[in-house]
Amino acid sequence: MKLFACLLLLSGFFIVLAALVLLSPLQERFAFVAAGFGVEILGLVLLTQSYKSMTEEQR
Amino acid sequence: MNVELSLFSILLVPFAAAGLALIHQGLGRSRSAAHAMLATLCALAVSAIVFVLFGSAWAGSIGAATHSFTAGGAHWDWLGAAAFFTRGISFDGADAAGLSRSLVLCLELFAVGLAAIIPLSAGADRWRLRPICLSSALLGAVTFPIFAHWVWGGGWLAQLAANFGIPSFTDAGGAGVVQVVGGLTALSVAWIAGPRRGKYSDDGMPAAIPGHNIVQVLFGCILALVGWTGLDAAASVLFYGAGPQQVVGVAINAMLTASAGCLAAVAITRSRYRKPDASLSANGWIAGLVAGSASCAMISPVVAILIGLVAGGLATTTIEVFELRLRVDDPGGAVSVHALAGIWGLIALGLFGHFPQGTRGGHLLAQLVGISALLGFMLPLIHAGNLLLNRFSTYRVDDDGHRQGMDVRELGAGAYPEFVIHADEFVPR
Repeated sequence: MKLFACLLLLSGFFIVLAALVLLSPLQERFAFVAAGFGVEILGLVLLTQSYKSMTEEQR
Repeated sequence: MNVELSLFSILLVPFAAAGLALIHQGLGRSRSAAHAMLATLCALAVSAIVFVLFGSAWAGSIGAATHSFTAGGAHWDWLGAAAFFTRGISFDGADAAGLSRSLVLCLELFAVGLAAIIPLSAGADRWRLRPICLSSALLGAVTFPIFAHWVWGGGWLAQLAANFGIPSFTDAGGAGVVQVVGGLTALSVAWIAGPRRGKYSDDGMPAAIPGHNIVQVLFGCILALVGWTGLDAAASVLFYGAGPQQVVGVAINAMLTASAGCLAAVAITRSRYRKPDASLSANGWIAGLVAGSASCAMISPVVAILIGLVAGGLATTTIEVFELRLRVDDPGGAVSVHALAGIWGLIALGLFGHFPQGTRGGHLLAQLVGISALLGFMLPLIHAGNLLLNRFSTYRVDDDGHRQGMDVRELGAGAYPEFVIHADEFVPR
């Protein structure tokens, strides 16, 4: 799960880079960057959840 | 470039490290106080040596050699390619470029130390000395230099304007380069080391483990103000061409952001707990300084107050979220104070900063791209590196260490030998 979460973080970053390379209107770039952030936040949530469940198992 | 001004500002930066060291050890337990201070010195020492030998080559500086490639019609300058062991930087003052590079090296040397001591707060009372040194070496050699190059060394984030027609990512005082990188390392360390023994009860409720010396914590805040002003001013002069008049603005804004952050924390904790909480108010002060770093020379005093207020409120509320909801045991609140407040500062620069050119939307987009690089690239890199180091040298102290405290376990003696603080732990059974 941690690996998948890290891959999601990286994927979000590459979506942001793709927005810079492939698009030029500011609004479209904003939309793509927002999508990239969404994927990054998903990765962060997953990473946090995996460590949270690990802490609860250890207790 | 004003050499005297930048050198004077750089020499103030160690006060920020001294302030953070006092804050970290004061917020930790008394039985780990000497360990916390020695860990600070070791983190500073290791990161400085490793950075000068290896990291500075990858951090590079504007105009120096770089590793780059061309893709998608853009020039991606992703890593410095200067010579290792500072070969190529002259300290004899023979040429202006050598002087500029030596000043950048000197500032980044102190900045990397500051970034290296931020995670100590998250790993307090359980992170062993050897892995602390290893993690500091990783930060000094790899993670800090990469992002420092991207932003301060003329890397791809500093070239967004040339490559993609939007303004370049801006971080005038190191909110991203120093604070967020340090804060994300703190998050990684808190995850890997796990919570302190006794922090969470069987039903998952966190126990309050108060800091042992709040006076030192609050004195550390004053020292940190001096150091932060130096860091913001030096980076603004060296990387963004600020002059003496803007440095005066930097000093005013640093004081205002810190003050607003502290007062926001005082007000929030007073309304929630009926009395102000001193440790959270100290965190609010530092969060204000962190958030103000990004835009230090580019905002008005009124905006500085607004940025500080939001940063103080953000740090105060999210420390509780991390502890209660996410089960992240971060004794000094480093993740909220450095990572989250730093990210807020970078966004605030896009929203409120004064720029000579470029649209407001363009600047905000550039800041979001930089934050995305921190979360999407730097965090996985930092976490993977620390997970790897944890395999070689376990981060978390064993159960005996938890019982004895880090001072006795790792140093053989406590910080306060004349006081019997936890008698039951030293009585033979």
